[in-house]
Amino acid sequence: MRETLVALLFLLISLTQALAVEPDEILSDPVLESRARALSAGFRCLVCQNQSIDDSDAPLARDLRLLIRERLKSGDSDAKVKAFVVSRYGDFVLLKPPFDARTLLLWITPFLLLLAGVLFLATRRPQASSPDRPLSEDERRRLEDLLEE
Amino acid sequence: MIAELGHFLLILALATALYQFIVPQLGAARNDQSLMQSAIPAALSQCLLIAASFACLTWTYLVSDFSVVNVAANSHSQKPLLYKFTGVWGNHEGSMLLWVLILSLFGASVALFGLNLPLRLKARVLAIQSLIGASFLLFILAVSNPFLRLNPPPIEGNGLNPVLQDPALAIHPPFLYAGYVGLSIAFSFACAALIEGKIDAAWARWVRPWTLAAWMFLTGGIALGSWWAYYELGWGGFWFWDPVENASLMPWLAATALLHSATVVEKRNALKVWTVLLAIISFSLSLIGTFLVRSGVLTSVHAFAVDPARGIFILVILCTLIGGALLLYAWRAPTLAPGGLFAPISREAALVVNNLLLGCAAASVFIGTLYPLVLEVLTGDKISVGAPYYNLTFVPLMLPLLLLLPMGPLLSWKRAELWPALQRLWAAALTALAIAVLAAALARPGPWLAPFGIALGIWLIVGSLIELVERGRFAQLPLSVAWGRASGLPRSLFGMVAAHAGLGVMIIGIVAVTAWRQEIITAMKPGEVADIARYRISFTGDMPRSGPNYTAESGRFRISRGDADLGVLVSERRRFRPGDQTTTEAGIRHMLLGDLYVVMGDTAAGGGRVVRIYFNPLVSWIWLGAAIMVLGGLLSLSDRRFRIGVPRKQRLGLASAAE
Repeated sequence: MRETLVALLFLLISLTQALAVEPDEILSDPVLESRARALSAGFRCLVCQNQSIDDSDAPLARDLRLLIRERLKSGDSDAKVKAFVVSRYGDFVLLKPPFDARTLLLWITPFLLLLAGVLFLATRRPQASSPDRPLSEDERRRLEDLLEE
Repeated sequence: MIAELGHFLLILALATALYQFIVPQLGAARNDQSLMQSAIPAALSQCLLIAASFACLTWTYLVSDFSVVNVAANSHSQKPLLYKFTGVWGNHEGSMLLWVLILSLFGASVALFGLNLPLRLKARVLAIQSLIGASFLLFILAVSNPFLRLNPPPIEGNGLNPVLQDPALAIHPPFLYAGYVGLSIAFSFACAALIEGKIDAAWARWVRPWTLAAWMFLTGGIALGSWWAYYELGWGGFWFWDPVENASLMPWLAATALLHSATVVEKRNALKVWTVLLAIISFSLSLIGTFLVRSGVLTSVHAFAVDPARGIFILVILCTLIGGALLLYAWRAPTLAPGGLFAPISREAALVVNNLLLGCAAASVFIGTLYPLVLEVLTGDKISVGAPYYNLTFVPLMLPLLLLLPMGPLLSWKRAELWPALQRLWAAALTALAIAVLAAALARPGPWLAPFGIALGIWLIVGSLIELVERGRFAQLPLSVAWGRASGLPRSLFGMVAAHAGLGVMIIGIVAVTAWRQEIITAMKPGEVADIARYRISFTGDMPRSGPNYTAESGRFRISRGDADLGVLVSERRRFRPGDQTTTEAGIRHMLLGDLYVVMGDTAAGGGRVVRIYFNPLVSWIWLGAAIMVLGGLLSLSDRRFRIGVPRKQRLGLASAAE
């Protein structure tokens, strides 16, 4: 998936020659540039709340984009750049929250609910699908009471 | 004077709402016809009072009465008339007033059009509706009064945020609120039925059209909001997983689930206990959405209120209404008679699966929206939850739902066979597969999943149409005969087919634009050209222009394809006079196969302009799909059984007397 994405970006770059968030930001190396763009799509613009720095035109986002490109040029791996940005701005900067003890419930609750729902339905099913269940003792007594009335 | 009148009318409305909450309930408890009947004039007069109050506020905006705080803070004498009008709800206080206005409109509609409702149920529904109204009227009068005066009045107002000065955004809040608030009817019906201790097919038949109407408004409102974001925010995104958007998506998902489960109650008298809970949850999510947006607890582009007193007030209302309803549910739901049984493979079971998946998807949005808040309160840690989270939770939960969707309507009620239903879908599967192969071969290289996404959309469209084709016997009979047969089918069937097919159209649009979007970001001098997706865009230059309350730099781009000239796109950077805020207006050419989207930016370093050009394939299908879904809702709403309803009692009183 990642390779295809990179290939796509590479293709776009080679087609258009000038591709970046601002024309003067682009790196001459298209592979590095595509890595920079993939990275910056995962970082949150800190001043505009719900945009990635890749989409934002805020000056702070631009600074961060330039910073990422600097680190990439000096030979950092993607993971290293990410770790560097997180060390500066905290987990808040990541649009994809890390998976750890604090966020365990965030990540698994929807699927736990699904599991609970499936289990609930699975355990109820036999009861619901056997309409000819004999009357319970309690029900039989109530029926007799009703018939007597 | 007019402002004071509006304020006074609002106080009268609160008094009426309190009457409407207490007296009809009393009447229902004592079986007193006249007390119950009085809910009807109360609902009507409450609506008229709030409408008159709203008209007063609108008046202060139209005449730019800056001695009213709200007008001074949010309007400007030079603002175009349309935005003076829509500016009424472009701020916290005014939008809350719109909220209660719509709430009372729904209440009045039940009073007017619910002619065949049993009087006791109707009295209780209107009473609960009025409890909601009274809570929010109290909120407005206590901490959010739009009629407060300012002394001395300023000479000029602050103006409306220019981003909000837009026709689509002007009508977006009323639509969205009509959706949010429309769900209050389902909530009131659920609570009333719990108090009455009776839920049956007739109950579901009364609830469904209201839920359907609310769902249509929500669908339209969300689509309008996303369309606005697409053309106004200047980079062509259409959904951001912004908490404010999530606040509208959650009730939509719940309302969608409710529509489906209410069908089961109506047709098979099953799933009653669950449907009542879902009705409560749907409106609760609307309330939570209102709280999130209106309390300022989230800070985002959309949220323009920051005031803890208000937040706490809304939170108290929230806890009272939701907590009260859930308590009522816990107390009364066990007394509801269980309904019809069904086999694990049946239409009912398919709708249960629909509800389960929609419910879990709504839960993922709910958790993703609220988790950062809760975590910050508990530990002080700040995290962000963005699109990648939803791609890994919401999307995997929706995918099985979409895959299974065409099978549901082909299963029969109560007990069904899976294999014959699957066999009927071979045409859909084959078409979807063929299109996937075609998409993979023809489209630009992209994520390998994308062709499958397109196939999923086709599967939904063709799969939905199959029912119609088979029922009309289009394959066996001449077209005109088959058409005649099809037009005799119930409109609700057409509605369902349209809604499901519309969803397919929307998914194709989302997948295509996400996977195959093309962009060029470059510096252009006048006369230079750029090529994108077989189109050529030439920058002809920019010039200053002045609008009613702004000045603009207006850039012109000539577009052509081959030798054909396709006209000019204009992209502007507008600077609005009060506040000196700037907005970017994109130049967009909408085409069925994709939009050309041009944005002119700042002056570039080496001369010329920074220009962003996007080709967004099939993007308009997103909103086309939404429109088809709303059309489906309309078709379904016009179905005979809703217009005629359950057999009408001769006199209103008879219904309750007969019980």
